[in-house]
Amino acid sequence: MAAALEPVTAQPVLNLTQVRKSFGGVHALRDANLDLYAGQVTALIGENGAGKSTLVKILCGIHQPDGGEILLDGRSIRVRDPEHARRLGINVVHQECVVFDNLTVAENIFVSARPRKGRFIAWSEMRKRAAEILRQLDVSFSPDTPAGQLSVAQKHIVQIARALTSQARVLILDEPTAALSHREADDLFRIARRLRDAGCALLFISHKFEEIFALADRYAVFRDGASVGSGMIAGTGSEQLIRMMVGRSVEQLFPKLETTLGEELLRVESLSREREFDQVSFSVRQGETLGIYGLVGAGRTELAQCLFGLSTPDAGAILVGGQPVSIRSPADAVAQGLAYVPEDRQQQGAILAFPIAANVALTNLSTLAPRGICSRERESELAHHWISALGVKATGPEQNVGDLSGGNQQKVVLAKWLARSPRVLILDEPTKGIDVGAKSAVHAVTSAFAQRGNAVVMISSELPEILGMSDRILVMRRGRVRALFNRAEATAENIVQAATGA
Amino acid sequence: MHMIQNSAARRDLALGVIVVALLGAVTAAFPQFARPVNLAEILDDSAILILLALGQMIVILTRGIDLSIAANLALSGMLVALFNKNYPEAGVLPVLLIAIASGAFLGAINGLLVWRFKLPPIVVTLGTMSVYRGLIYLLSGGTWVNDNQMSPSFLDFVRHQVLGLTTLSWLAIAGIALAALLMRYTVTGRDLYAAGGNPAAASYTGIDPGRMQCLAYTVCGAIAGLCGYLWVARFAVAYTDIALGFELQVIAACLIGGVAIAGGVGTVAGVVLGCLFIGIIRNALPLIGVSPFWQMGINGLVIVIAAVLSARRREDKRAILETSPA
Repeated sequence: MAAALEPVTAQPVLNLTQVRKSFGGVHALRDANLDLYAGQVTALIGENGAGKSTLVKILCGIHQPDGGEILLDGRSIRVRDPEHARRLGINVVHQECVVFDNLTVAENIFVSARPRKGRFIAWSEMRKRAAEILRQLDVSFSPDTPAGQLSVAQKHIVQIARALTSQARVLILDEPTAALSHREADDLFRIARRLRDAGCALLFISHKFEEIFALADRYAVFRDGASVGSGMIAGTGSEQLIRMMVGRSVEQLFPKLETTLGEELLRVESLSREREFDQVSFSVRQGETLGIYGLVGAGRTELAQCLFGLSTPDAGAILVGGQPVSIRSPADAVAQGLAYVPEDRQQQGAILAFPIAANVALTNLSTLAPRGICSRERESELAHHWISALGVKATGPEQNVGDLSGGNQQKVVLAKWLARSPRVLILDEPTKGIDVGAKSAVHAVTSAFAQRGNAVVMISSELPEILGMSDRILVMRRGRVRALFNRAEATAENIVQAATGA
Repeated sequence: MHMIQNSAARRDLALGVIVVALLGAVTAAFPQFARPVNLAEILDDSAILILLALGQMIVILTRGIDLSIAANLALSGMLVALFNKNYPEAGVLPVLLIAIASGAFLGAINGLLVWRFKLPPIVVTLGTMSVYRGLIYLLSGGTWVNDNQMSPSFLDFVRHQVLGLTTLSWLAIAGIALAALLMRYTVTGRDLYAAGGNPAAASYTGIDPGRMQCLAYTVCGAIAGLCGYLWVARFAVAYTDIALGFELQVIAACLIGGVAIAGGVGTVAGVVLGCLFIGIIRNALPLIGVSPFWQMGINGLVIVIAAVLSARRREDKRAILETSPA
């Protein structure tokens, strides 16, 4: 074995070679390679959808890889389930907090290894050992507190404490700071450094470059499910990392139509909502597509929901066609000519159990059923029109939306709104999770909509989409507008820089 | 107690105070109500409800519900009644074993359907509820098993008194003790809470929530089976419609006792108090000259009031803005 010839200190604790994983034909990981070393923090960097979360789930046994090899201390392993991962010394602090709100801190810490006396749980010992671990971590809450009363940051610390109940060889922090304040993040890093100094190998997943440079010793960059580079953080600049993250070999084709810009349709002035977004201002004109880019949690969806009346702003103004308007409910927004295609197509966009005709009719009942009586024929007619206009692949208006592919579901959601002839279409991740062909069909539809003298506001986390479809690009980070680029001056690098604060 | 800051413990305490106050109020008006003999009678009267509610609690904790619990009881009860009719000399031990095994089997069917086929618990148990009731008819041909067809040992077992309490009451007490021990001091019990409280987190920590649900249904079924024998022996009759609709009273007892229908929350003490609450009201109403038919209304009112009191709007706090400047 080649690894045996190298000095002992250079042998990685955990080594992944050509790990592959696909879900229903979609490659989440194509060629993942990663080395983690004892006493070092490795930062895993990549765009949304680069395969980072899939990798974490493979390492903690939630998913099984389709191929490739995982070595722990040079021995080939297969992580069967989360319990097995824990026994192997691989611990994960998950992005979404996985604690039990109804159980106490002590029980949360020991949930998979409760100390026992014979057949029974030794509560006093559990409490004592939990208090000991919490003291090590230098935190103030008591082991008897129900976890539901903790802040998000404290819940993360409970998850780290869980790792300390056993010999943790590898600790994975999956975007632990996404919802944390600076001070809370600093606390977390203090604990992470302490574990690193104790010889633990840490994998730190984050989008925030300041944190990566502050904490990590090494980096590994993933793009589209494959490793594209790794090395030491020292001597590496953020531009270099960003280039690796976003660089694409194949330029995707975007069917953006030439438009002429007309009057201003929507203007937002200093719109704020506590804990969500702050002092957001922008405007969008006839024929224009405004792209809004940011990382997950930047406040973009919250902004869109506020514009559409799903929440009310604390301060600021919304102007439609130059007139200030008050939007207190989605009905108000619709009356002002706004339409919103939400991010979660299956939960918020379409009613999957309804046929296409009923879905399209939903927003148009006032015209379809003026006296409150629905007409199957008129619904069906309208659906027919939009099925052919948008090229929805379906057997007919009576087919259930749930039976369609993701791309065609999204077309039905678009049809539902376009049938009302709105002036401003707000799209939230309009092509998330749909295939390339359907993507460009959705882009063609929205671009044609803009060309007819309407405006599009498109929230997206996909850089090629943002760069390919937008006339102007607004970048948000932590609830604030950080940059506004014209189509000509926008590049992947300057957008990501503004979004990450690198 | 360390657990007192836990809201479940606080609720148990409040319900305990209410139950004692209720007992005190009725006793003030009717001193004979608190006589040990009468209290023992209330316990005897509530014993089956307590056992069933403990089983139902375990199921609800794991985000399930067992609507078939009374049908399971009736089918298992009919099975042992027929067994006793045909083999009167076999004694009580085989009867107990058959009742528990039959109940556990019927419960496991629920559990496997919920676990393996990922079916909604309410649908599965609504279906098996009808199937189990139908099977009683097939088994008995629609005929009754009356007390003259039951052996004396079969009938006397539940009535036998030790220290002033019936075997039935002692079984309930033993059930409470076992359930308390299981839910608080065993890994299985704690895993049941975890699986129901946050199934996603449970699977991330290596607990299979589906498996825990299946286990809960099996345990609940075994209890229902045992109660099948207890019911048939206590009322000295078995027929197709025994305990018809009793599942709703069992669920009501759980809800009054503070078991959250959304799973993860509920205590043995709370459930027992919920059952005693129902038992005291049921026994007190005739005394104060109110028709026992008010019982359902009072139960319902208590459930709704408890739900309103515990419904606290939780602000969804989405922290995105930096709280301290960079």
